[in-house]
Amino acid sequence: MQFVDEYRDAKVITRTAEEIRRLADPHRHYRLMEVCGGHTHAIYRFGLKDVLPPNIELVHGPGCPVCVLPMGRIDDGLTMAENPEVIFTAFGDMMRVPGTKGSPLEYKARGTDVRIVYSPADALKLAQKNPDRHVMFFAIGFETTAPSTALTLKAAKAMGVRNFSVFSNHVTIIPAIRAILDSPDMRIDAFIGPGHVSTVIGCRPYEWIARNEGKPIVVSGFEPLDLLQSILMLLRQLGQGEAKVENQYQRVVPWEGNRAALRAMAEVFELRPYFEWRGMGFISQSALRLRESYAEWDAERRFSIPGVRVTDPKAAQCGEVLKGVLKPVQCKLFGKECTPERPVGALMVSSEGSCAAYYNYEHRKSGVGVGAA
Amino acid sequence: MAHGAGGKASRRLIEGLLVPILSAGTPGPLGDAAHLQLNGTRLAITTDSFVVKPLRFPGGSIGELAINGTVNDLAVSGARAEALVATYVLEAGLSTAVLETEARAMAAAAQRAGVAIVGGDTKVVEHGKADQMYISTSGIGRPIAGVTVDPSSVRPGDKVLISGPIGDHGVTILLARGELELDAEVCSDTRSVLPLVEVLARAAGPGIRWMRDPTRGGVATALNELARDCGLAVYLREEDIPIRDAVRGACELLGLDPLHIANEGQFLAVIAPELADTGLEALRQTPGGQGARLLGEIRAEPAATLIAATGFGGSRVVDMLVGDPLPRIC
Repeated sequence: MQFVDEYRDAKVITRTAEEIRRLADPHRHYRLMEVCGGHTHAIYRFGLKDVLPPNIELVHGPGCPVCVLPMGRIDDGLTMAENPEVIFTAFGDMMRVPGTKGSPLEYKARGTDVRIVYSPADALKLAQKNPDRHVMFFAIGFETTAPSTALTLKAAKAMGVRNFSVFSNHVTIIPAIRAILDSPDMRIDAFIGPGHVSTVIGCRPYEWIARNEGKPIVVSGFEPLDLLQSILMLLRQLGQGEAKVENQYQRVVPWEGNRAALRAMAEVFELRPYFEWRGMGFISQSALRLRESYAEWDAERRFSIPGVRVTDPKAAQCGEVLKGVLKPVQCKLFGKECTPERPVGALMVSSEGSCAAYYNYEHRKSGVGVGAA
Repeated sequence: MAHGAGGKASRRLIEGLLVPILSAGTPGPLGDAAHLQLNGTRLAITTDSFVVKPLRFPGGSIGELAINGTVNDLAVSGARAEALVATYVLEAGLSTAVLETEARAMAAAAQRAGVAIVGGDTKVVEHGKADQMYISTSGIGRPIAGVTVDPSSVRPGDKVLISGPIGDHGVTILLARGELELDAEVCSDTRSVLPLVEVLARAAGPGIRWMRDPTRGGVATALNELARDCGLAVYLREEDIPIRDAVRGACELLGLDPLHIANEGQFLAVIAPELADTGLEALRQTPGGQGARLLGEIRAEPAATLIAATGFGGSRVVDMLVGDPLPRIC
């Protein structure tokens, strides 16, 4: 398979891993954060920690757009779904995420009309096919998915489809990285930069990380070789005392980003003054809502929602795991009260969640004891 | 719905609720079929039900699944199917043409599989209650000489074999639903695996420890069950897992793990090391068995775990399916 096999070539990977081991300073302990949940999963999925030397520690960042949503927002979306005329649509990722009264799948089992869609365009088509119903699309994602939501809203407006709305839970990546760097309990040496977000926003938005914070950042692809090459590039920078933004994922990420996507986003969305992130509190200018000109398609304006702030169960340590302060296995609930089948927080069910990655791929390898599921 | 997907929830429903009640306190090990002694004659019996949407798909239909599924359950338990009975639950309003097509498909599949359909039952339920039709088949057969399937006989060093490429059926169904605008040249692998099982039995019978057909939940679920039942570790080598390019491509695009995808025409076997190569060669020389591969082996540690090695020094735990495989998005 093109664009996959070359980046999984065992010989090249082995050579790169050797190069990493040669370059890593044995007297130094490196803490590299991969921001993006997709990278966390790739690292576990390909067993990359097994090929890295023990003094390179990979810290998982908050780049999981489902994980950072407070439970109250899930409840809000599901409250809208309880309207009999509403068809609740969302990506497959969302279906098992727990709200206080259950996940979308559990609501579906109880008779609520909940459907998986693979793109917001599918949700719009559903609205056109069901003129007597109202289709609400629960939009999630960083800047990666926001453009397709924006384009869908533009299409809805242009075609005059009125039985369609979007509940926007899009968040932006830069404030999340800023929150990590501002956090007093963090000590990150360098960043593996998000891959797919960068196809939209480009590499410029990361320049302050290198310039102001003095941390190297390499925007990385998702195949094993991409990640290893990115780690190599970071080690080179760290070894030479440099800090700059580099793009390892050049076959996909343009330095300037995707202007058409950014234009569509700017037309449809504006930044919320503040938005609550699970485990990180309120962060200003960190999330997107629909502009006034799209009010008619804004689910938040069309439906009255409780908007209740729901705090995580006391024992859950989702926030600390999201920030990389704790490893998933260090959370008291990991593998006991919180498993993929009975998740307490989204990190255990989202395909981008680090708890899910750890649980599914890693934790039984060394026979580390966790309670039976 | 998760309880029907074949993974952990299914297991809990079956083992946690149904088995204790139904077996009146004397449950045997849960295999693909039950082997009994009736007045000195040894028999194997099994049942299965088939719920699939759409009813027809590239490579087959519900009727063929209904025959092959039960024949295969008997085959991997070490028995040759002799007779089946079938139950139809039909939705009111189903066209007779559709029913006739499926009946013919079943008759043809039964003939190919060398099994007789000797009885059945039909029920009609209200419109909206049966997704057009549900079929259930029960099968009875005779043990294949020289084959005993018993997870407790599995030992470290035993080899794991698969009869052919994985993922064809599940991906075909997903694409046939038409919800994804994805085209691929895939078709279901539904077929009776009995001929191949018999070839393996002749070539390596005394070395066969365990067999299973990896249907819902895929290879990962079947091998997790093995790991749990024998208490040992099952090691797979990812680069040795046979998979067609089109299936692999579809899985990559959708973010699905082929190890969790249903198969309807393959079987897994654990064979003692001294007979594994002989068994493999015999399969590969048989029409329909050329895709057979040795996938991995049994080790002592870590207990009751399925692990896949990546081919460049890394490894990952492969868990049982939880719920339905949901395509990843971002």
